[in-house]
Amino acid sequence: MGAQLRVYRQKIKSAQTTKKITRAMELISASRIQKAQQRVAASTPYARAVTRAVSAVAAYSNVEHVLTTEKENVERAAVVIFASDRGLAGAFSSSALKEAEELATLLRSQGKDVVYYLVGRKAVAYFSFRRRESVRTWTGGTDQPVFATAQEIGEELVGAFVRDTADGGVDEIHIVYNRFVSMVTQTPEVVRLLPLEFVEGVEQPGQHEMLPLYEFEPDPDAVLDALLPVYIESRIYNAMLQSAASEHAARQRAMKSASDNADTLVRTYTRLANNARQSEITQQISEIVGGADALSSTK
Amino acid sequence: MPLNVSVVSADEQIWAGEASMVVARTTEGEIGILTGHTPLLAILAGGEVRVTQTGGRKIVVNAQDGFVSVDHDTVTVVARAAELVS
Repeated sequence: MGAQLRVYRQKIKSAQTTKKITRAMELISASRIQKAQQRVAASTPYARAVTRAVSAVAAYSNVEHVLTTEKENVERAAVVIFASDRGLAGAFSSSALKEAEELATLLRSQGKDVVYYLVGRKAVAYFSFRRRESVRTWTGGTDQPVFATAQEIGEELVGAFVRDTADGGVDEIHIVYNRFVSMVTQTPEVVRLLPLEFVEGVEQPGQHEMLPLYEFEPDPDAVLDALLPVYIESRIYNAMLQSAASEHAARQRAMKSASDNADTLVRTYTRLANNARQSEITQQISEIVGGADALSSTK
Repeated sequence: MPLNVSVVSADEQIWAGEASMVVARTTEGEIGILTGHTPLLAILAGGEVRVTQTGGRKIVVNAQDGFVSVDHDTVTVVARAAELVS
């Protein structure tokens, strides 16, 4: 067998084995998108109820709460980045990171210090490779987020927000995550979590009704105290679930194009291998014929 | 007119349906909610929330860390963690 032919055969083999892997990953992701989407949908009633309650208290009680008031001069802003634990998901992690970089540049231009909180191994790797600091990281389980993690992140963030700026507290909290728009579109999104922006993300009460004048138990302040951390948590949990669904969708698409690419590679190399085999045979025939000619002419 | 009750936890909607009465324990004490109750937003003290369905059947939900909101005969019990006991 000619050397050329052997090289082509090797390449075909390698493309075929790669395709087996990418194909399997594609199928796994495809089956998990459904579930991730269902989890987003399942958590919606909770998020809606919490949002509605928070807007009700905020609208009718006129309380000045530490989580809703904007500080006059913002010195430090926290950015929470939701990336994935594993790669091979196309531009999933890098688009979130890129968005975060843009946000950080913007914040710095406003004279704010930027500190990072990272979720997902890819974000951590990105930062450690560039020898950059992060306050706290959470890794593992980005593809199947649990509420306990959201709770932990929420506690940490609210804690940092309540702390004085001089003690390492932050004055603003932004989150960056990939929002699941559809199977083919996931857009990186930046949301300012704290101080709360009531205009954004707040569900408008239906046209037929006004938000009622609630009675609060024990009192509006206590209710708001209890509600706001819950609200933050539910926003974070929602971001994590959206991010997980986006991750699966991005991986499915990336792996599909990898499988398709492997297919074309196999086809091209098969053609080339056939060519090489044929030309080898042609060469051998012409050598034999040439040899026979030479023998017969010497007689 | 019956109450429209829904019980939701962080992960999912636990139960939804019509009921004649809801009894919950708030930080101030036990509260019973019938139709026509004034709009209310109360912090739950944790523990059982009892829902009497229109047919008379009773449902008990164990709700931790949450609140209950009432307006226009719609009762929403919201809890971080909740489970249907019976």
